[in-house]
Amino acid sequence: MSIINNINKAFDHRIRLGIMSVLMVNDYADFKMLKELLGATDGNLASHTKALEKEEYILVEKQFIGRKPNTRYSATKLGKLQFKKHINALEKLIGK
Amino acid sequence: MDSNKYLDDISEIKNMMSRSSRFISLSGISGILAGCYALIGAALAYMRLKTFSSDNYSGFSGRTSNIWGNDLFNDLILIAVSVVALAVITGIILTIKKAKKSGEKMWDVSSKRLVLNFALPLLTGGLFCLVLLQYGVVGLVAPATLIFYGLACINASKYTMRDIRYMGIAFIILGLISTQFIGYGLYFWALGFGVCHIVYGALMHFKYDRNK
Repeated sequence: MSIINNINKAFDHRIRLGIMSVLMVNDYADFKMLKELLGATDGNLASHTKALEKEEYILVEKQFIGRKPNTRYSATKLGKLQFKKHINALEKLIGK
Repeated sequence: MDSNKYLDDISEIKNMMSRSSRFISLSGISGILAGCYALIGAALAYMRLKTFSSDNYSGFSGRTSNIWGNDLFNDLILIAVSVVALAVITGIILTIKKAKKSGEKMWDVSSKRLVLNFALPLLTGGLFCLVLLQYGVVGLVAPATLIFYGLACINASKYTMRDIRYMGIAFIILGLISTQFIGYGLYFWALGFGVCHIVYGALMHFKYDRNK
């Protein structure tokens, strides 16, 4: 029971797993970097980042680099904790 | 929900973590070739030094005044620069090829980070060696290049295959030992930039490249 509880619905998608994986090992990533790494379309990536932002698993910072708008993402403490729990649950389900 | 999906999830997570933080397309073969160039360069330098010392032996080791503009010095610099240029060009070409094969982008965040973190200690070392030459402390140039190159490798290892760390440590040890054998810098150079590169390149080739 408890293992199943740790499987987090918020991470139950390839793109969201990818976003969290990238943000676990990088201090931050911008929209373009995520897009290239994950091979997602703009709209697709935007909707998934929004969902993760709503759960407060990632932090979104909008800023300007010169005149170009730039969106930067980083994982929150809560997001990192939840993602670790999620990975542990996955590993247990596989039976290592 | 079967465990296959979870297995896919885990491998996707691992893949994204390493691809987003490490540049893994460095080619093993380019290490081997760089080592070969270095050995050839060392042999050329050795022959040049021999002809020089038979003319007038003042000894190129230790302290020498007025090395700039000296024929021997110019030739040695030319050999060194050619070896480095050849090695870098080969490395870039082979790495582009490997990146293309594995579908990784050549010039992305991870490769930029790798180059920057490799270049910082290396440039520091380069400038430091120029200062050594400025004061005529030629004998310490070889140890300094080995040590700083080793530090650069260790620093870069955080952003590429971790194995490069061990090569960095080997270079540092070699560099420190060579401080006690001033005048034999060329042999230590050959051992480090030649032999170490070849061994490392071969190990990397068999570990990562061969089965892909």
